Amino acid sequence: MTSSSLTLPARRAPSLFRHAIVERYVPVATMVLALIAIWYVAAVAMNWTLVRDAFEREETPYTISDVLAGTMDAERPLLPAPHQVINAFVDGVFGYPPLAPRSLIYHSLVTLSATVLGFLLGALFGISLALLIVHSRVLERSLLPWIICSQMVPVLALAPIFIVVLGAIGLQGLLPKSIISAYLCFFPIAIGMVKGFTSPDPLQIELMRTWSATPRQVLWKLRWPSAVPYLFASLKVAITISLVGAIVAELPTGGEAGIGARLLSGSYYGQTIQLWAALVAAAVLASALIAIVGLVERGVNSRMGAH
Amino acid sequence: MSTEPASKRLVVEANAISLRFETADGPVDALSDVSLQVAEGEFVSFIGPSGCGKTTMLRVIADLQQPTSGSLSVNGMTAENARLARSYGYVFQAPALFPWRTIEKNLKLPLEIMGFSDSEQRIRAERYLSMVNLKGFERKFPWQLSGGMQQRVSIARALSFDPAMLLMDEPFGALDEIVRDHLNEQLLQLWKSTEKTVLFVTHSIPEAVFLSTKIVVMSPRPGRIIDVIDCNFPADRSLEIRETPEFLKIAQRVRNGLRAGHSYDE
Amino acid sequence: MDPRKLRLGFLLATGALALAFVFPVAPDSLPLMARPYSREITAGAGVLFLLAAWLADHRAIVVGLTGTLLAAAASLALLNDASVAGSAQAGFWMIVIAAWLSVVLGLVNLAGLQKLRRRAQQAVNLLVPLLFGATAFYLWEVAVRGFGVPTVLLPPPSAAAARFFASLPTLAGDFTQTFIRGVLIGYAIGCSAGLAVAILAHRYHFLARGLLPLGNFFSALPLVGVAPIMVMWFGFDWPSKAAVVVLVTFFPMLVNAIAGLEASGHIERDLMRSYAASPRQSLIKLYLPAALPFIFNALKINATLALIGAIVAEFFGTPTQGIGFRISTEAGRMALDMVWAEIALAALAGMAFYGCVTLAERATTFWHPSYRT
Repeated sequence: MTSSSLTLPARRAPSLFRHAIVERYVPVATMVLALIAIWYVAAVAMNWTLVRDAFEREETPYTISDVLAGTMDAERPLLPAPHQVINAFVDGVFGYPPLAPRSLIYHSLVTLSATVLGFLLGALFGISLALLIVHSRVLERSLLPWIICSQMVPVLALAPIFIVVLGAIGLQGLLPKSIISAYLCFFPIAIGMVKGFTSPDPLQIELMRTWSATPRQVLWKLRWPSAVPYLFASLKVAITISLVGAIVAELPTGGEAGIGARLLSGSYYGQTIQLWAALVAAAVLASALIAIVGLVERGVNSRMGAH
Repeated sequence: MSTEPASKRLVVEANAISLRFETADGPVDALSDVSLQVAEGEFVSFIGPSGCGKTTMLRVIADLQQPTSGSLSVNGMTAENARLARSYGYVFQAPALFPWRTIEKNLKLPLEIMGFSDSEQRIRAERYLSMVNLKGFERKFPWQLSGGMQQRVSIARALSFDPAMLLMDEPFGALDEIVRDHLNEQLLQLWKSTEKTVLFVTHSIPEAVFLSTKIVVMSPRPGRIIDVIDCNFPADRSLEIRETPEFLKIAQRVRNGLRAGHSYDE
Repeated sequence: MDPRKLRLGFLLATGALALAFVFPVAPDSLPLMARPYSREITAGAGVLFLLAAWLADHRAIVVGLTGTLLAAAASLALLNDASVAGSAQAGFWMIVIAAWLSVVLGLVNLAGLQKLRRRAQQAVNLLVPLLFGATAFYLWEVAVRGFGVPTVLLPPPSAAAARFFASLPTLAGDFTQTFIRGVLIGYAIGCSAGLAVAILAHRYHFLARGLLPLGNFFSALPLVGVAPIMVMWFGFDWPSKAAVVVLVTFFPMLVNAIAGLEASGHIERDLMRSYAASPRQSLIKLYLPAALPFIFNALKINATLALIGAIVAEFFGTPTQGIGFRISTEAGRMALDMVWAEIALAALAGMAFYGCVTLAERATTFWHPSYRT
């Protein structure tokens, strides 16, 4: 669904900045700082009228710097300032016992459990389906076009149905959310793995034939190793989709727990800062999950001889 | 040994060109103290093993790379001004045709960039395509042509804006020997009819000896000139001269130069 | 397929049909023999299966599939009988099994066909998945209506289709709101912005080095979560949904376009340098055309993402219409046939959108090696 990480080819920099670390991190750091600066300016601009009107209503004398300070500290800002968001986030993470209903850790865990469970189920089914497709011509011809079509269909729109239907037959909580997440990440993994299992050079497959290798041997000794890059690429996509699925699945029931629920309640009750803090939590989760998959990938790659 | 009149204009004047760059394993001298003079209308081949600096020298003359020291004059100007004045056409090892353009549009690419009028573009595209015997292929796309034909288009493209020089970097290296022989003959005809100065990089001794009026033998580590051999076969030569004793003598001299430069060592 | 297995398969199908005459079809014991049209159709299917078993070669495909059609028709006709629907008995299921078995035989046979001429091969490639899909829908229909699954829980395809055609005005309104206003506008803005920034980053390499990791980072985030914030800034109506779509489509386009603009080979770049081409000339004549495959990759990804983004954004709140709005409200009211109708609408819109982008891609990137193999 999302694009895989794309990188730039290396370029020779002037000798002063040849340090690899500098070359990699200075531009990003500059961009991030620039974005934060723009954020602050935007916060001032967008909250200005709000704060000034509040002063007018209270009929207290105010100066420009009062309004300026006010834009950085409003209770229900149109755009919270970065430090407000960070404070709310830190507060949500460290300010409450981890399992309290107002703790971001609690909500993150709820969403995370559905994400991970759904991801594992989806990966299992996706890989199994890919194996079936690669080994059966009938299934390949019948199923693969549908799988490709399903990529064009907004599958996430099915989330409410699932929740409602499963709720009606008594399944609530973790399981239906995981099923939705599993359903969402099952297709990209299936397609990615089909590509991966069919990626070996025909020459290599012919080589296996000259050794009279059984299909099972070809699978374990050739197809799986060739599929590893495709596996990790699709796993990274799948885990982000799984997270989105878990978040969206928390919406229909007007959920009480999870990041999606937090987003929804923040939106209903006008708690802007809470909303932003929940978004940051979602971002942190997404990055952490991808980082974990990336670590596993690097471990596997180094065992497979990559440099 | 040169029989050219001394008043022939110098198209390339290189003096003590050096190019050094840093690698993780220490500095590498791609070119070390290379001096060279090329007169107008010559066909100069650069021959040597990989890493001897022949491609680097060509790229320096083309202002695609800058030397770390030395002086260079191309067509009476600095290399950069010569490039900005569009003094040369470059032919690479690969045809580098744009797959989204037809053959005709590919030929017109430099003409569009240099601001030729539409009618002028059409006339030139037609003329140079015929010159390489590919008339009728205007509407085809590059992938519909064989490697040899694509390279011929690339040569036509390099000639289309009528530059003073033609710089060719192993243009026939990726082709099989039969096609290569055929294209050698064609290139010779082109050179005779257009009277351009050609700088030609190659790996192949027979090719260098067959085509050139002057052969520059180079060797690696550091990249330098070992020998400069003048070559004056009759203008209407054919591939058969490759078996004549004069040919073999020059080829032997080239080979000796390569051996002296340790080109055959590991 | 092995003729013997084929023969055996069709004989089994015939046997199943025979059993349909033996076992009861409905609890009220009106057997198949006593039902006028159903018995003729079922018998006809049986005859065709016997013929297919006798032929046992590729001609059996056509014969067998005709038999399948008849058997399927018989079962669907039976379902119209109130005594059968909801409490179908073994006899009925025998017909379904026969239909399913024969279509599987037909599929395996078709998929196994080799050495066909190009047109025939293309037809087969289209027919196999269509047959598979049709079978899935058939089984769904028969199972839901035969077992009497509450329509409120899982409606049969026929009910969803009926609801679809009955609600065309509502669907049209939802489509306009979500797709025409939310998706298309957001998609156009998001993709153009992504491309524009990528071109800027191509010119100023420092920007590229900084933006690419950020772009990858943001691409992975659940950006639909910003929907409530967009509602706060742009109101409940379609502009907030379009804003979500802009955000969701911006980053994949940025990342892909930056990679695409870098994709030109260094020989081609040296060529442009040898022509002393200006940066603008190089951009238009080399970098952009070479980047088209990457740009279209992003356009295709974004087509799906945009639709999802708009629909999910509506889950967070939207005034009175929209695909997402309709799905969540009708799901809440347990009117699942309407939900399925909306999903069908979304699916059709998604496929049509993706199809259009693919057509445009084929027209402009016909030269890419991936099309020439």
